Amino acid sequence: MRVIAKDPDLARHALETMWAARRFEEAVDELFARGLMHGTMHLSIGQEASATGTCLALRPDDMITSTHRGHSHCVAKGADLVRMMAELLARDTGYCRGRGGSMHIADVATGNLGANGIVGGGIPIAVGAALAQKMTNSGRVVVSFFGDGAANEGAFHEAANMAAVWHLPVVFVCENNHYGMSMAADQAFAIENISARGSAYGFPGVTVDGNNLQEVYEMVSVAVDRARAGRGPTLVENVTYRWKGHSKSDKNLYRTREEIAAWQERDPIARFEAEVREAGTLTAAEIDDARSTATQKVRNAIRTANAAPKAPADRNLLLDAVYAEVPA
Amino acid sequence: MTATITPSTSASPEGEQELREITYAESVRETLGDLLEADPRVFVMGEDIGVYGGAFGVTTGLFERFGPERIRDTPISEIAIIGAGIGAAITGLRPIVELQFSDFSACAMDQIVNQAAKIHFMLGGAAEVPLVIRAPAGSGTGAAAQHSQSLEAWFAHVPGLKVVMPATAADVKGLLHAAVEDPNPVVFLEHKLLYREKGQVPRHHHVPLGKAAVRRRGQHATIVATSIMVGKSLAAAEQLADEGIEVTVVDPRTIKPLDTETILSEVGATGRALLVQEAVLTGGFMAEGAARIAESDTFHRLQAPIVRLCGLDVPMAYAPELEKASVPQIPDIVAAARQLVKGA
Repeated sequence: MRVIAKDPDLARHALETMWAARRFEEAVDELFARGLMHGTMHLSIGQEASATGTCLALRPDDMITSTHRGHSHCVAKGADLVRMMAELLARDTGYCRGRGGSMHIADVATGNLGANGIVGGGIPIAVGAALAQKMTNSGRVVVSFFGDGAANEGAFHEAANMAAVWHLPVVFVCENNHYGMSMAADQAFAIENISARGSAYGFPGVTVDGNNLQEVYEMVSVAVDRARAGRGPTLVENVTYRWKGHSKSDKNLYRTREEIAAWQERDPIARFEAEVREAGTLTAAEIDDARSTATQKVRNAIRTANAAPKAPADRNLLLDAVYAEVPA
Repeated sequence: MTATITPSTSASPEGEQELREITYAESVRETLGDLLEADPRVFVMGEDIGVYGGAFGVTTGLFERFGPERIRDTPISEIAIIGAGIGAAITGLRPIVELQFSDFSACAMDQIVNQAAKIHFMLGGAAEVPLVIRAPAGSGTGAAAQHSQSLEAWFAHVPGLKVVMPATAADVKGLLHAAVEDPNPVVFLEHKLLYREKGQVPRHHHVPLGKAAVRRRGQHATIVATSIMVGKSLAAAEQLADEGIEVTVVDPRTIKPLDTETILSEVGATGRALLVQEAVLTGGFMAEGAARIAESDTFHRLQAPIVRLCGLDVPMAYAPELEKASVPQIPDIVAAARQLVKGA
């Protein structure tokens, strides 16, 4: 297994990816606070190692399904920041042409089958995508990202069981960020580790420090290899924490400042930077450069997206967009 | 007056073919077999559809022909069945999934309504969901309130879904072909009392979604009826003809897309509209039918108020007499048409 922090190219890629996700969401947070962005969004700041470590374990042609808190998944799977920002800024050049917004960004070309506004909604879809890979012998694996809240949805249980009985090439990545909106995981679960639910369906489950990039990468890699070898699903529980509220309406009444501060001390990016620095893989200047490159990319995304045309408010275009055209 | 009957095969582009008499269920089965033969992307998935042959025997023999990969028995998991169908559809396959009873769609509604219907639109057109959801609907089997509903209006209310209600064995074939070729999610509602009904069916048949069939023409009133009510309306029309009342019977075949044009022109031609569905009255699809007539120029050609004849606003009862009393029967259609034409 490769050690990311000791491989210069990989370390640089991981750093840029995590910083791009972080800077993207910080920018979105600010644009919203300044009234320059519409709607709502769910930020994954603090969870970047889970998305990045998971996607590092995938081949480019592997697939993911994502969640309402999906920006970092999109970035890690290789999405274009300009098209992402354009979507959030309601532009015609956005991934969804202004029809989806933050919760529905997909990039089928890079294997991102879509974020999802319904908790657990993407899990059965991932299982179906995995079924198609198995039936066509494509050799591809599907990762389904979801949160702790989704693990209590029926969709998770039905999908997990179906994937198990059919030995489908899917990896269930549960990002346990401790809260389903305001509902604390220790009140929503009578078990200590969500990963224990794998065994209920006959496949392995493992709990991982989701803020440790290397650990996420290693555990997901094992699960992906297992899936690709035809041995069925694995449940990987990445324990992490979201620094920001659930969405824009969150006043953080259900958790303490101290708790948030304690988790900010466990910043997955700072931690990885320290590892890279200690290993001497990248110089301090190179680490700074990875960060500023990501910052520039996000700035460029905002600039480019703002210059793009708004999604046209044409009723006929909207009506025409509902159904795919039937081939003649 | 001579009634002009438009046979359901008239829309077939395949030209003259020998017709065979087979049942509605046999037509589903034969068509599934043809689709599976023709396209390796097609597979069928659902509860007890394999060796068992399906709760209504519709898939009997397909497991033996196509094997467990393509005639795929699932756990009893409606969310996962629909969701897996969506996932397979957006990644290039052509799944035909079966809900054992259309009532069970309630278990899978998130996947149908929030996922399948909206993915193409939400993603700005970046994905297609060529998924067919087959489901037996309707009452008449003594299966009571949770296995007898006609829920087509639920699906028609959701932009992104197409809703098909074949009334004849031939239309089953033609419409199922069109549904599987369609790049959008299609809810295909088979009436379980029609499964044993025989009809003249060509070997190959294609009926485009969104084209109504005029099953009979008369000058006094126009009946618009869906699914099993088409046959009942035609039987009623025979009785009405004996009394000198000649009615047109329009079968929309698909309620989404809806062939509003044919409905309006046929209603306009007689000036009287009787809308018949098995589903309960309130919020039912025929409310939409009535509205389309009322808000069009056809309204000015009406000689009487639009009449709806629908199921009672009750859950379906078990006892056979109660079950029959809950949905329109042939004498009810005759009486409603007579009153519409002759007044009180």
